[in-house]
Amino acid sequence: MESVFSNVVRAPEDPILGVTVAYNNDPSPAKLNLGVGAYRTEEGKPLVLDVVRRAEQQLVNDPSRVKEYIPIAGLADFNKLSAKLILGADSPAIQESRVATIQCLSGTGSLRVGAEFLKKHYHQSVIFIPKPTWGNHPKVFNLAGLSVEYYRYYDPATRGLDFHGLLEDLGAAPSGAIVLLHACAHNPTGVDPTSEQWEQIRQLVRSKSLLPFFDSAYQGFASGSLDTDAHSVRTFVADGGECLIAQSYAKNMGLYGERVGALSIVCKSADVASKVESQVKLVVRPMYSSPPIHGASIVATILKSSDMYNDWTIELKGMADRIISMRQQLFEALQAKGTPGDWSHIIKQIGMFTFTGLNKEQVAFMTKEYHIYMTSDGRISMAGLSSKTVPHLVEAIHAAVTRVA
Amino acid sequence: MAMRIRNLASRRTMMMNSSPISGLRSMSSSWWKNVEPAPKDPILGVTEAFLADPSPDKVNVGVGAYRDDNGKPVVLDCVREAERRIAGTSFMEYLPMGGSVKMVEETLKLAYGDNSEFVKDKRIAAVQSLSGTGACRLFADFQKRFCPGSQIYIPVPTWSNHHNIWRDAQVPQKTYHYYHPETKGLDFKGLMDDVKNAPEGSFFLLHACAHNPTGVDPTEEQWREISQLFKAKNHFAFFDMAYQGFASGDPARDAKSIRIFLEDGHHIGISQSYAKNMGLYGQRVGCLSVLCENEKQAVTVKSQLQQLARPMYSNPPLHGAQIVSTILGDPELKSLWLKEVKIMADRIIGMRTTLRESLEKLGSPLSWEHVTKQIGMFCYSGLTPEQVDRLTSEYHIYMTRNGRISMAGVTTGNVGYLANAIHEVTKSS
Repeated sequence: MESVFSNVVRAPEDPILGVTVAYNNDPSPAKLNLGVGAYRTEEGKPLVLDVVRRAEQQLVNDPSRVKEYIPIAGLADFNKLSAKLILGADSPAIQESRVATIQCLSGTGSLRVGAEFLKKHYHQSVIFIPKPTWGNHPKVFNLAGLSVEYYRYYDPATRGLDFHGLLEDLGAAPSGAIVLLHACAHNPTGVDPTSEQWEQIRQLVRSKSLLPFFDSAYQGFASGSLDTDAHSVRTFVADGGECLIAQSYAKNMGLYGERVGALSIVCKSADVASKVESQVKLVVRPMYSSPPIHGASIVATILKSSDMYNDWTIELKGMADRIISMRQQLFEALQAKGTPGDWSHIIKQIGMFTFTGLNKEQVAFMTKEYHIYMTSDGRISMAGLSSKTVPHLVEAIHAAVTRVA
Repeated sequence: MAMRIRNLASRRTMMMNSSPISGLRSMSSSWWKNVEPAPKDPILGVTEAFLADPSPDKVNVGVGAYRDDNGKPVVLDCVREAERRIAGTSFMEYLPMGGSVKMVEETLKLAYGDNSEFVKDKRIAAVQSLSGTGACRLFADFQKRFCPGSQIYIPVPTWSNHHNIWRDAQVPQKTYHYYHPETKGLDFKGLMDDVKNAPEGSFFLLHACAHNPTGVDPTEEQWREISQLFKAKNHFAFFDMAYQGFASGDPARDAKSIRIFLEDGHHIGISQSYAKNMGLYGQRVGCLSVLCENEKQAVTVKSQLQQLARPMYSNPPLHGAQIVSTILGDPELKSLWLKEVKIMADRIIGMRTTLRESLEKLGSPLSWEHVTKQIGMFCYSGLTPEQVDRLTSEYHIYMTRNGRISMAGVTTGNVGYLANAIHEVTKSS
């Protein structure tokens, strides 16, 4: 019997996750994975935070815990604590019950559920996303039925922000268009607006009635401070306007595989927030009914205990500091080697990723000759570097820059 | 202070700048003021109402989650043990988009058989999914993308969320006859007529066992006839198997419908869930599989299923999958699981018998044979919405208005009260 799916063609490997697949298949002992954005220790090992292990033990040792379905919108205390984390405990939006928060499957799930809600209930179905952005963003929005437009963001000449281009493009967007903003540690470039620039962006967004949709995947992970990394989001919320926020605990709590995140929709009134929440639940139910309990329970356990919360902030700062130190080491090593070019963007950019400026051919060369794995856009995950492997990377970059156009 | 003044100033500026042209709204109103409050989910809304009821006599026979004879939720011993082994030992890295390979392997064995040739020949495209809902949704999205002109035939009645799933995937729906209200059994003739009259190559949603909400399953003979007719019509069979092991107590027996279709050569799709049979409800663990012509096609189809998962949640959650593979990968734990599943199934079968006998003893004028003929978690009682409302308002008994009773919520402690209440609202029928 012939299959009804015999016309299906093979999908290409995901460009980001495919890098790890290729890395795993490489037998070379010198191989280095600077592809996917998962934190690694100085020894190159994945890390489960100590505070997460403690929360896990607490949960498993509690005989009263059951595995029932959690509500469609997720765990209530997790939602409240997540909103507080991103908006600040004293946020008037929270105090006025104007925030609808729904537990979702990490950042991806929060973006998708938010986008589906917008497609159903918002009058504009175009979303402006920065160029470049995380490879999965356009797919998430397209599948939700939104149409995707780009605004200028990265300036290859300066390896920094194309602020003028950004303002022009958002200024030309139709009124009410949705705008995707990376709250901090822009992925893949690591280039963030300054707080003065954020203020200008905010004013422009509000003057054109654009709807901000924040992707906050690195709170605390970028600068080491949870408050600093939430600054852009908080200034938007402080002006009383509405916005959507997708939060992820994948990196800052190391809960990658547990898929923990939250979608918050900040509304004008408590009444509206309540109605909005009820509609978001209708998006979730036919997608996966209700979110998974485990990861959210770990997060809630940590956030509600002041001891564990404090311990978390220390471990978080530890991760952020190691990354900042890798940036410094890489930059200094390239200087010392005399590699042609200006490499200061390595220490100016922030967060897990550095947009090296290397081109596709140079990247392919580095993979082939030096067994260094990164995405073809030249993005390297600083989290995958260690003091031991910096020299190897420097050799490879130097060779690529001097031998490959 | 300065920040606030600046904000006020910019707000005023914005209001001055906002145009009175229609289509632009002022800063003072919400984007969402036209959003209507959504209706409560008919199933989950029942539990919410139950929880809010202060009466000490209240009984929840609404949502389909297993309860022990004390009315308490159960975490299986095999699950507790698996969790103890997992906690503190594993990393929490991303799973691949297709989920845990180990868990999927074990899961396929359950559905297709321990020695399935299809597993050996690698002909099955399979991915870990967000329980049964997630598996159905992924399949619906896949169907939409690769068989864009197709529709899905859904039985009447079915789990209400099935309609939402295929609707949100934008696959048009049709229905086929299933439940026979007069007999409270299967409308086999109606079903076969609908299968025959559907255009060739139609997609059908079938409940592999323990049909939700009716508890009415075709007999083995009937399944064979359905399979033959499907063959003649070249239909695609998509099985939702949410209760394997939970229905009869024997996983192989509960998969019989699937095994018949496989023997007859159909290329089926299956949604599997561990919510009920492993009690992993909130962990959201399941599997979507599609049987293909050959290994190459299976690789292809799997790659496309992953393309649908990536923009939905990137990769599935780790913890529940670890529990499943720990249990199924360890012969002792697996054997413990099989025992525990049988205990759950047996308790429910026992409660069916007790409920029926109690109603008969009360001298009910109606037949309650269907209570023991139906199988699985649910009993389609035949109660009308008005009778259900009376049960709730007068007796604090909670169930969905279609008269579906979750037998898992029935205990030796409340079966007498339940029988009496049902008798009271039906005795004048």
